[in-house]
Amino acid sequence: MSDEVTNKIIEIIAEQAMVDPSDVPPERSLEDLGLDSLSLVEVVFGIEEAFDISVPFNANDPSDSDFDITNVQAIVDGVKKLIADKENA
Amino acid sequence: MHRVAVTGLGVISALGVGREAHFDGLAEGRNGIRQLEMRDVERLMIQIGAQVKGFDETAYFGRQELALFDRVTQFALVAAAEAFEQSGLEITDDLGLQTATIIATAMGGLHTQDENYRTVYQDQKNRVHPFIIPRLMANAPVSQVSMKYGLKGPAYSVATACASSNHAIGQAFNLVRSGAARAAVTGGTESVLVFGGVKAWEGLRVMSKDGCRPFSKTRNGMVLGEGCAILILERMEDAVARGATVLAEICGVGATADASDIVAPDADGASRAMILALADAGMRADEVGYINAHGTATAMNDRTEAAAIRQALGPAADDVMVSSTKSMHGHAIGAAGALEAAAVLMALQKGVIAPTINYDEPDPEITLDVVPNQAREAKIGAALSNAFAFGGLNAVLAFRAAD
Repeated sequence: MSDEVTNKIIEIIAEQAMVDPSDVPPERSLEDLGLDSLSLVEVVFGIEEAFDISVPFNANDPSDSDFDITNVQAIVDGVKKLIADKENA
Repeated sequence: MHRVAVTGLGVISALGVGREAHFDGLAEGRNGIRQLEMRDVERLMIQIGAQVKGFDETAYFGRQELALFDRVTQFALVAAAEAFEQSGLEITDDLGLQTATIIATAMGGLHTQDENYRTVYQDQKNRVHPFIIPRLMANAPVSQVSMKYGLKGPAYSVATACASSNHAIGQAFNLVRSGAARAAVTGGTESVLVFGGVKAWEGLRVMSKDGCRPFSKTRNGMVLGEGCAILILERMEDAVARGATVLAEICGVGATADASDIVAPDADGASRAMILALADAGMRADEVGYINAHGTATAMNDRTEAAAIRQALGPAADDVMVSSTKSMHGHAIGAAGALEAAAVLMALQKGVIAPTINYDEPDPEITLDVVPNQAREAKIGAALSNAFAFGGLNAVLAFRAAD
């Protein structure tokens, strides 16, 4: 789990949640970390900037977006896929 | 205290240039939302919007005027001319001194800003056109309208994001009602449909990529629009005395702040604004035949607004028609309330209730009559128009049909 992409995503989420990265285990949900809808949008922006990707996320209905944000691991998986898609494009 | 008559209306929206074009679009349930046409559109994630088409500024203004008029000012002047023509109100020297000009814009001359930031940042030029400031300032539309017609009473712009127009019209209404002004030119004008404007909205992740579906379960966000509507207000007794046609009466305004969140709406703040508007108008909930909803088609607004309407109207909410005309003319931000006041005037004067189009699946959380997809003919005596802004600033207007 401790690869570069994962570490960077945890760093971004931890910064928004105002907690230490060690308090952001992969199974933890973003809701549980106390992230509201605005923080979530900032997390998505941070990820897009860090990896130069475009994340398909609509704040109107996060659960219905093409991007799973239920927990940290889901985000990591999603981002890795987007990075791979970009490299294969 | 004076009763306040609306005697003139001018409109520019994605449904057309001119009041009747706007009315026809609303009555037909026409969708004014299309693929955006602008420079660098391919760099946008959101590529749809309700752009005004067929507005040729050179048909209205000369070269020297255009050097001073941003698109929002052009809209305001053209709509004001149409409103004055309908009203027949003649601004004498004396009346000019007593006429207020309160025209909203949330963003001001955004076209001018966008173009000139490009010039200095992207194109690296060190010289810009000398009139950028008088073009982009948020009071430019107000000032140009006051200059054009010699309106020398209180004049200012109002910026409360999506509620700007309702606050402006409410303010103008109060000036005329209280006697502080004899007449008022009011409304709102906006055009954020430039690359930087759309890009900024895109960032918030509340925009739909595929359409505006207010109150529908399938809704997935708002769609930007642009436009302007200008209303002429005067004392009812003056309007009657000079034999003017009264389009409707404005009889109340309610304004509140949620004081809770910078973007999320709050049902309590919204319902308090409706209750205050009703009280201000001396109107019972069961008199209200139509509510032009804020209805942005975001998941949160529509659910919250529906709850707020129930809270404010009580059992009368079961019988009231509620529609979001943003489904047709998009969300015109600072001009939204004015374009929607036009829909209310159409309802009261012509008995045509504009529909909520693109309604394809009921949302079990929204049990109101949202006038789905087709306009309805109905004679109503009173109506409300809601506007709930980002930042939790709410303004609701109450109207009655002319006697």
